[in-house]
Parts: sequence; C-alpha cells; structure tokens
Amino acid sequence: MATKPNDKEYYLDKPENVQRLLNVFYVICALLFAADFIVHRHTKIALEEFPAFYAVFGFVAFVMLVIGSIALRKLVMRKENYYDVDD
Amino acid sequence: MWMTELPPFIPFFLAAALALFTRGHLQSAIMLAAPLLGGLHLWLYVPADIVYSLPILEYQLILMRTDQLSLVFGYIFHIAAFVLVVYTLHLKDTLQHVAGLVYAGSAMGATFAGDLITLFIFWELLAVSSVFLIWANRTTEATQAGIRYLVYQVLSGVLLLAGALIHHHYTGSLAFDFIGLNNPGGWLILLAFGIKCAFPFLHTWLTDAYPASTHTGAAVLSVFTTKVAIYALARGYPGTDILIYIGAIMTCFPIFYAVLENDLRRVLSYSLINQLGFMVCAIGIGTALSLNGAVAHAFAHILYKSLLFMSMGAVMYRVGHVYASDLGGLYKSMPKTTALCIIGAASISAVPLFSGFVAKSLVMTELLQQGQIVVWLMLLFASAGVLHHAGIKVPFFAFYAHDSGLRPKEAPVNMLIGMFITAVLCIAIGVQPQYLYSILPWEMDYWPYDVTHVLAQLQLLMFAALAFVWMEIKGYAPPELHSVNLDAEWFYRRLVPAGVQRSVNFLHMAKVSTLTMLTGNIQRMQNKFGRSPVARYHLSESWPTGSMVFWISIILVVYLLLDIVFYK
Repeated sequence: MATKPNDKEYYLDKPENVQRLLNVFYVICALLFAADFIVHRHTKIALEEFPAFYAVFGFVAFVMLVIGSIALRKLVMRKENYYDVDD
Repeated sequence: MWMTELPPFIPFFLAAALALFTRGHLQSAIMLAAPLLGGLHLWLYVPADIVYSLPILEYQLILMRTDQLSLVFGYIFHIAAFVLVVYTLHLKDTLQHVAGLVYAGSAMGATFAGDLITLFIFWELLAVSSVFLIWANRTTEATQAGIRYLVYQVLSGVLLLAGALIHHHYTGSLAFDFIGLNNPGGWLILLAFGIKCAFPFLHTWLTDAYPASTHTGAAVLSVFTTKVAIYALARGYPGTDILIYIGAIMTCFPIFYAVLENDLRRVLSYSLINQLGFMVCAIGIGTALSLNGAVAHAFAHILYKSLLFMSMGAVMYRVGHVYASDLGGLYKSMPKTTALCIIGAASISAVPLFSGFVAKSLVMTELLQQGQIVVWLMLLFASAGVLHHAGIKVPFFAFYAHDSGLRPKEAPVNMLIGMFITAVLCIAIGVQPQYLYSILPWEMDYWPYDVTHVLAQLQLLMFAALAFVWMEIKGYAPPELHSVNLDAEWFYRRLVPAGVQRSVNFLHMAKVSTLTMLTGNIQRMQNKFGRSPVARYHLSESWPTGSMVFWISIILVVYLLLDIVFYK
C-alpha cells in the first residue's frame, strides 16, 4: 500500500459537497416525515397510528442505543492487552 | 436412481481429497466444480422426498433425507460455497482450501442428515474442519482463540450426543424431526444447538474466534456453523416459546457491543448474533409465515453477511487490519470494494429493494399478527441498531470517515467477482422476492411491497441515519478506541483462570502449613516421650528394621510348628 499525500481531489474532499449531500438527505427525511400525514397507512396495531411513529422510533432508538453503549463502555472497557497471557 | 440419492456432502469431500494433492489451476477447477456441479445436481435432479441410508452394524445412518426445508438450506449453502471458493482462489494455502471444502461438506451433511447420530457426526466434523480456518492465521492469538473455539464446538457435540441418547431412551427414536422439550434429552439437544447458534452467554466463541481467523476465513465461517444451527432449530424446535425470548435478547444485546467495538470484523460478529436473533425468534413463533421468515432470513443473511465479511476480508488483505480507528478514506483506492460493501450494508439494514427487507418483513409482520408487541418493539429497536453498526459503521469508518492516508490497492479480481455475484443476488432477491418465496417450505400468501410497509421501513432507517448524522456532527458519538470490551468470556478467560490460580495457591499453602504443623507435633511428642522415664525401658527404644523382621519371622516359625503339631 502506498501513501500519497498529494493525490487528486475527490468529490467528498470538499466540505461544501458533503454539506450538499447532507442537505439532500435532510430533504428526504422531511418528505418521509410529511408522507405520513398524506398517505393512508394500513396499520395493524394502535401504536403504529401515532403520527410518524416509525420516524420517531428510529431516531429515539438510535440515540438510546448510543447512550446505552456509552454507559456500557464505562462498565466493560479495558486495555487492549487485557487478556494477554504474560508468561 | 443412484444419482438422485447422492448425498450432497460427497462432492465436497471428494474435492477436498483431490485438492490435497493438486496445485494451481487444477486445484482451483476442482474446488469450483464441487459446489457448482453439486449445486446444479441438487437443484435439477433431487426431489423433496429422498431418503438414503447406510447400514452400519445394526444401525441405519440416514445420510440423506430431503424435504423442502433441507433443500432450501442445501441450495443456499451451495451458492455460498461457490462464491466463497471464487473469493478465496488467490490463496496459495492448501490447508485453508481443504479445510474450507470439508467444512462446507460437513454443513451439507448436517443439513441432509435424517437421524441424530448422522447429525452428530457432521456436527463434530463442522467443528474440527472449521478450526483450521482460524489456526491458518498461524499466530499465537489465533491458535489460542482456535482452541477456545474448539472447546465450545466439541462441547456442543458432546451435549448433542448425550441428548440424542436420552431422547432415544424416552421416545425410542433417533429420527431428526421435531424434538421438543418433553424430556431431558430435548433440553440437552437445545443446549447443543444453542451453543452453535450463539445463544446469550454461549456466544463468545463466535466474537472471539471469527475476528481471529484468516482474512478469507471469517467470511467462510460466517456462512455455515450458525446457519446449520438455525436449520437444526427450525427442524427440532419450531414453536418452542422460549426461543422467542432468547431470540429477542439475541437481537438486542450485541448491538451495544457492536457500537463500541473497534475491530470491524468483531462488529460484524456481534451483528451476526443480532441477525441470528431474528431467526431464532421467528422459529419460536412457529407459524408457517414466521418459519418461512426464519428460512428466508437465513437465506438472505448468508449472502449479505458473507458479503460484508468478504469486503472486510479484502480490506484486511490489503491493509493488514480492520480497526475502525485506523482506517478511513479507502473509497479513494478501493472504490469497487466500497460499492459492494455498501450493497451488503443496505441489505443487512433491510432497505427496501434489498434482500434483508423482503426476509425480515415476514418475521416482523407475523410478530404483529401474533400480538407479540413487546418482542416486536425489541426487534424494531434492533433493526434500527443494525443500521448503526452494520449499515453505517462498517462502510463509513472503513471507506469514508476521516482520511487515514492509506491508499491500498483494489481487492484482487477473484475477490471482486465473488463479492459481485453475492451483491447481485442480494439485489435480485430484494427486487424479485417471489423466486425466494416460491422455494420456502411452508404455504403462505405474502408480498412485502406495499406503501405502508415501505414507508414505515424508510422512515425508521432514514431517521435512525439522521440521528447518526446529528450525533457525528455534534460529537456525541462514542469515539472508536483500541480496547477490549468485557463480555461473557471474561468468566472463563479471567475469573476462572484467576480463581484456579488462587485455588491452587491456597491449596499449596494449606498443604505446606498442614505438613509443618503435623511434623512439628510429631517431633514434639517424640521429644516429650524421650524425656519421660518410660523411654529408658528397653522395649520403648527405637529398634532397627532388621531386628523387627527377625522377630516376625521367629513368630511365623512358631505358628508353623504349632500348626504341624496340633493339626491332627
């Protein structure tokens, strides 16, 4: 493998391009959120009828997961050589 | 008729034997032929009602029993084996090639086994052959991880055999059909399957050994062992309630570890357990739709999970490690691997039009229909979690994130072809699920693509991704760190060894102090006796042994004489 510091500029190297992609992503999210109020959904349980249930659930679940992991890390993280047998 | 009754493991074992003595292109051709010809044969000529048994003494080993359940697993194992052979062709390591073929063959053997003894034989062969894919790394770490792996796998086999015998005692049958939990044998067999299926607390062999295997080995390992266990559970324990809850726990706990782990192959290993959880849970529900869901999920999962492991294998091959903290920016020099990895990531995240979506939908829908709301919520949470570790973390940290400055070469052509075929299948199943649905074992009427369902899934994924973007920008996400994260293996890698060391030390100290105390006491008693007036009496002196022997022989002679004199 070779390390070339001066290789060519890629599309994603420019922060404004990344921001452009993120903006597209935000618009998609907004549209998906709005769709819930336009499309008639065939729900199976009452919980699903909560407006934008899946969107809210997805966001909250993800944040909870990360918060939970950070708490778990305090409990379980050890040095990388923790299990190394010293003979 | 012999041709239809050819047990599917035979081409693999044959190819393994031939691969042992061949090299180069001939070896490659033999390795490619086994899954290709075997798979075509199974697909074209083998109907779903074959039973072929081999008499050994008075026992019939049922080497081949086909029904739609075993056939579906047979198909996907052949497809995966073919793809993996292509993927590993660049290797010049006959050990791994032979081990891989025997391993894949053993999976076929176990899948088509009609009785528990045949299952046991292939169960153990799976263990013994696969461990070489770990040992082939030829490092101390891999050797030790391999031994721990083997201990677990063999333990599973022993439990299976013991359970089978007890099951036979109660039921009089060794047939590998529905087993259930009506007798202690059933529980032992469930435990045996549970080890191979990475049930909670029995799962650490997986997260320990897979990241320690060779760069190609992890992809191979990810396909067979655990999915044979899923197949065995689907046959032996459909509708067993406890599996619903075990499965639900399996989907949830590994994702927390997956968020923390720095080694991306270990992230995928935790993710593998999470995926198995969906299947185990579906088997526990036990309806036609959910069992089909478990099978379809296993089918799709084998493809996308091996695709992800293959892409990480390619990075491993080019860079030498897969630590998220030290990678990044690889898309610049490995664009094809990046694209293929993203297809795997989209599939595992169950993005509509990819294979994970059409498989997972079956399970999720049936959970709702059965009113298992809490379990459904757990699985929904886990689905958002999958997006984090497998959908975003693996491709993002390896190929994008911060530029690590690494510019490795693109993966070898054979690796790319192997990954490409798998990626095409992932998309094909996602776009045209009717073909997968048509080979599923149970009757069902289901179509995953309706507006409600697609919208719900897209919302779930996109807003989970939004949370990721938000936390990355704000810096709330936990950083990737070189570390060990304690898991259940702590019990046998730290607690027990430390406990044993302490116990040995303690026993040694106890022995030494007991001996000192005893000898001291004896010495004191002797000293005390020596000072007493009795000690001066002739008989209380210590005599030499010789004189004692002399007096005993005198006594014996006296006995002899008395006997002669008084006998009559």
